[in-house]
Amino acid sequence: MADLTTNFAGIRCPNPFWLASGPPTNCGEQVMRAFDAGWGGAVWKTIGEPIVNVSSRYSSVDWNGQRMMGLNNIELITDRPIEVNLREIAEVKKRYPKHAVIASLMVDSKREVWHDIVKRSEDAGADGLELNFGCPHGMSERGMGSAVGQVPEYACMITEWVKEVARTPVLIKLTPNITDIRAVARASRRGGADALSAINTINSITGIDLDTFTPRPNVGGYSAHGGYCGPAVKPIALHLVQQIASDPEVGLPISGIGGVSGWRDAAEFILLGCGTVQVCTAAMHYGYRIVEDMADGLSNWMDEKGFRTIEDFRGLSLPKVTEWKHLDLNYKIVARINRDTCIGCDLCYIACWDGAHQCIHLDGHALPAAIEARSRASVTTTPIAKLDSVQATIGATPPARIPRVDEDECVGCNLCWLVCPVENCITMEQVDAGRPPESWEQRTHA
Amino acid sequence: MSSQPIPQNLERFPDLHPALDSQSAVAEANRCLFCFDAPCAAACPTHIDVPRFIKKIGSGNLRGSALTILDANILGLSCSRVCPVDVLCEGSCVMHRYNKKPIEIGRLQRYAMDHFYANQETLPYGRGSVGVSEPRPSGSGPTHRVACLGGGPASLACAAELRRHGYPVTIFDNRPLPGGLNTYGVAEYKLRASDSLREVELVRSLGVEFRQAEVGGSDVPNAVPLEDLEREFSFIFLGVGLGAMERLGIPGEHLRGVIDALRFIERYKTSPDFAVGRCVVVIGGGNTAIDAANAARRLGAEEVHLFYRRTEKEMPAFSFEYDHSKIEGVRFHWLAQPVEVVEQDGRAVGVKFVETRLGQPDATGRRNAIPVEGSHFEYACDMVIPALGQSRFMGMLHSTCGIELKGGSIVVDRPTGRTTNPKYYAGGDCVNGGREVVDAVADGKRAALAIVGQAVAAASEATHG
Repeated sequence: MADLTTNFAGIRCPNPFWLASGPPTNCGEQVMRAFDAGWGGAVWKTIGEPIVNVSSRYSSVDWNGQRMMGLNNIELITDRPIEVNLREIAEVKKRYPKHAVIASLMVDSKREVWHDIVKRSEDAGADGLELNFGCPHGMSERGMGSAVGQVPEYACMITEWVKEVARTPVLIKLTPNITDIRAVARASRRGGADALSAINTINSITGIDLDTFTPRPNVGGYSAHGGYCGPAVKPIALHLVQQIASDPEVGLPISGIGGVSGWRDAAEFILLGCGTVQVCTAAMHYGYRIVEDMADGLSNWMDEKGFRTIEDFRGLSLPKVTEWKHLDLNYKIVARINRDTCIGCDLCYIACWDGAHQCIHLDGHALPAAIEARSRASVTTTPIAKLDSVQATIGATPPARIPRVDEDECVGCNLCWLVCPVENCITMEQVDAGRPPESWEQRTHA
Repeated sequence: MSSQPIPQNLERFPDLHPALDSQSAVAEANRCLFCFDAPCAAACPTHIDVPRFIKKIGSGNLRGSALTILDANILGLSCSRVCPVDVLCEGSCVMHRYNKKPIEIGRLQRYAMDHFYANQETLPYGRGSVGVSEPRPSGSGPTHRVACLGGGPASLACAAELRRHGYPVTIFDNRPLPGGLNTYGVAEYKLRASDSLREVELVRSLGVEFRQAEVGGSDVPNAVPLEDLEREFSFIFLGVGLGAMERLGIPGEHLRGVIDALRFIERYKTSPDFAVGRCVVVIGGGNTAIDAANAARRLGAEEVHLFYRRTEKEMPAFSFEYDHSKIEGVRFHWLAQPVEVVEQDGRAVGVKFVETRLGQPDATGRRNAIPVEGSHFEYACDMVIPALGQSRFMGMLHSTCGIELKGGSIVVDRPTGRTTNPKYYAGGDCVNGGREVVDAVADGKRAALAIVGQAVAAASEATHG
């Protein structure tokens, strides 16, 4: 049985699954229920001078009948007094001493104000501090959040102020709304940060109501850009995590954030070097209970792969990310279609013709329009038992509908395999290119 | 009878399949893989671009979805309700091979069509709209007038397609209401007469003229002589369907209490006060027999017994119709052939049957039913509904117009619907022996396009020749 206990920058917790700072960690009652459900840690809803929120606050992107592929919010930091939050942190830590409670902080960019909030948070019993340099909406207009995180010098300076008094590990939460995330990651390191959290939400407008012409979320006929999160942002988060995890000038533990919805996502962030992952949207969508399968699934996968602890596989994929110029130009794969499992949807055919390299064929080399025109011109009648001897029941895929790959022309782009709805029907198989491995760099420097 | 449904029928014949609500329609639409050269579209006799209309439901473009359907099939509403989708579009859905439920194409089509009619949408090529309509000033189109005989699906489709191309069309039908079997002959839980009439109105909106008149030879009283039509119209499309239902050919079939299935269906669909017997015997094994049996149950018959001279296996009805009928409470009796309708006081009070056994397969591959000597039995009932299929009555066409017939059906060139007389085209049941609405629509549409082609060719010959 895999051991999920985690030590992240000195913060110990039963598992690497933390709730990210946000609505699910708004108060002590919520955090305690989350711990009961199995979360290993919680980053408290950002504490600072209480704000006033608007309604509405969220909007989302649905995709193909699935709700909330991406979620956008314009909610600000906590709207409750600092002392109430800190009192509840103390209560939670008293009842759940083994779970990680991280205080997310955001205050005016004044040294004494930061000193004060750091001390009070630690006095309340927080196991660590996460400086919110990432919130991209509302607070940034007031010189906080991503307004700090977009300027390396500010990030470094405030980190230094915090480190002057902090006794617990200090995490810097990075904004993705920046040209090169490594600049702020390095500045955080220079300022003395103990760890990084990445990523915060991405600037977004999720959509526009086509009747009122008002973008969502609608606040009295107007909207403002918000922060985007949820499954849609995971690929962006993974890339930014890889950027800072691979950077020798950063070299800090990373708490991975961005679209983590299940154990597979968590495993991927950890494979790219994260020590913990933080979850918000998935918990907002389905409740705290989702953590059960995260822990169970990750544990089973680790058992299957022979990993005893998180550290056993953390960062394993980092060496496998390289620059394009180092990729082997002579590595060659081609698509192969399993005729027994092909259902004849011919999506690979049209994808290859319209979106790739015209090397999947039906009916000789007929063009798509000609194939469709022939079907439209066919005379078809309803089969009726009384009148026809044949009964119309669907059988095996007609050979004419099973596409054929011209392997000489196939460039191995993967598109057909990506659009094929049937698992393992199209496989991308390596073929011998007859040449030794050679990268672009090698070729151009030869 | 108007385009308002009969209230009692709404109650007694609720929809066989409930309509999709908008959320489930979108979810179902999103399941569609959007196959290239989709088998469902190929399987549809009218070749509706199924994935395209489904994707438009998914995108919330319901008008576009409906127009995609109507572009291929002007009777998209009735087809969405009466098509045997199991053997057509849904039967060919690739999802079957994927161990998944096929896309509910029929219900999605109905969803788009219901939206179209509920919002009183119009066709972009309707009367007065851009593109087509009133006879054009030049070219051959306007000068070639077309008559469609019969007001059923084949003629409606032919007329609608011709109007799209600008040709003046008149539909001749001898019934008070157009629509043919769609109006008078489809089970009410599948398609209401009122819905059929909405489709007729859509066709009328294209500028099709409807005339209620019998067309026939000089021997038919008050009929418009065919010769007159030949003078008035350049082309004549025959969408006349089949004749009356076949007779049982046994003693007693003219008694009160005996009513053939089509007349039975017509009566209950159009007369609010039509009464059914307490115990009903239906004779026949086709889809119409099943429609009548189910309707008899819904109308209040305590017992409905369907007798068929072969077995379940040879029964021509679709298997889903048979399954549905069992749920309705119809009881099936196999291997029994009627020999006499039993009379008492001038009314039918029962049917005398003889048991049969199955012989060798005949030319069509079906096994013959052979009466078993001395196995007669009697079944008491107070209503008898024969449903033996429709007769074919095309003799007049052969003798007066030189149109070739085969087995009672009109012989046509399949891709064009052209008969052996180049002035005549034909489609629907009178050609195919009695298939589905969608087959009639496809026939009508193909014939219309062929008529347009012939007219254009003739005009070009006249210009250049």
